[in-house]
Amino acid sequence: MTAIAKILEKHQPELLQDWLKEQKSSGIRLDLIRETDLQEQSRRFLSLLQHAVAGAESVENLPQSRLADLKGYLFEVARTRAIQGFSPSEVAMFIFSVKRPLFQRLRNEVKDQDSLFNEMWGATKLLDGLGLITTEAYQKAREEVISRQQEELLELSTPVVKLWEGVLALPMIGTLDSNRTQVVMESLLQRIVETGSEIAIIDITGVPTVDTLTAQYLIKTVTAARLMGADCIISGIRPQIAQTIVHLGVALGDVITKATLADAFIIALQRTGFSIHRKHKQGQNFGMNTGA
Amino acid sequence: MERIPILRMGRYLLVTIQVDMHDRLAMALQDDLTSRIVEWESKGVLIDISSLEVVDSFIGRMLGNIASMSRILDAETVVVGMQPAVAITLVELGMSLTGIRTALNVERGMELLRKSVAAHGFAEIGQEGEQEGGDDGHQA
Repeated sequence: MTAIAKILEKHQPELLQDWLKEQKSSGIRLDLIRETDLQEQSRRFLSLLQHAVAGAESVENLPQSRLADLKGYLFEVARTRAIQGFSPSEVAMFIFSVKRPLFQRLRNEVKDQDSLFNEMWGATKLLDGLGLITTEAYQKAREEVISRQQEELLELSTPVVKLWEGVLALPMIGTLDSNRTQVVMESLLQRIVETGSEIAIIDITGVPTVDTLTAQYLIKTVTAARLMGADCIISGIRPQIAQTIVHLGVALGDVITKATLADAFIIALQRTGFSIHRKHKQGQNFGMNTGA
Repeated sequence: MERIPILRMGRYLLVTIQVDMHDRLAMALQDDLTSRIVEWESKGVLIDISSLEVVDSFIGRMLGNIASMSRILDAETVVVGMQPAVAITLVELGMSLTGIRTALNVERGMELLRKSVAAHGFAEIGQEGEQEGGDDGHQA
């Protein structure tokens, strides 16, 4: 039986107290976590550690099966701490801070220099490994948050709205990459079929930059819509973007482009045979007459 | 052998593709269609592909060919009801079918045919009312 296992069996409550003191003195963010939670997490960690090292010949190179529970718990702890707003090093310090109280007890327990060294080396290796696991778990939790946000952004940013009978609009916001464009393209074409719209206006006011790839995607969408029998108008082209498109040598072909959504809407109304009149002072007509 | 039916509607032909197009069927359609155009002196061809869910480059090319052949025989071609997935596939294959006119459904396609045939100077005697039908009637 190793000295660590003995300590964990006999002096666990004292070790827990020392460790909690150590954590507090190293400046744990008590504004982010409740003290009772901290106590519970520390207690649970020590009991799982005890379970893992109990009966082992040496704490160095413990088999994975013994560490599974402990690792699983650490993943959970690191995940909740990542959400609570701890930094990765603060999360890792949770594990590393147990070293001092543990080593002090080891020194009291083991008198022989050689075996003390062996015990400490084994414990260091084990705890370092566990510390790294928390960092890994922390990173994973962060990545999950990022990918979830990306997905949400994807869904949020591609609404297809109906402007008028037979006129759809697609206000695009944000940078266009291949993934997003695919979704945008499919939802637009699907809505064209559902609503039987003849005109679709793609408004790129919210697209910060247009490169060759983005232009390519736009042209593809317009071509696909044309194949289905609907016309596309691209609107919201800012002066900068118009310059970029020409400098890049992108051939927009016979795609109709307009500077503003309003201009595009007027064209769309013309095509569908509607006109707008303003009911203002008698006999006066300020509105745009776009009738056929 | 299985054949795609070609329906005659006045001076137009209506082709509805409701089965999976394989290559021999497509070739047969080309043959039949060109003969019918000559036989019935048709001025327009309407191809409804709303039930077509799978296309390949051959079918795409065939549609282009039919349009070109019809034009030589003095008939306009309109392809209607293309599904989004089919449209995306054709675009990805690099086939934008530039020579073909398209419409969302049969009704709109027919309107388009009438207009373009009229514009090309084949105004049909006694059908003026129909030709203008699409232009007004939408006034808000």
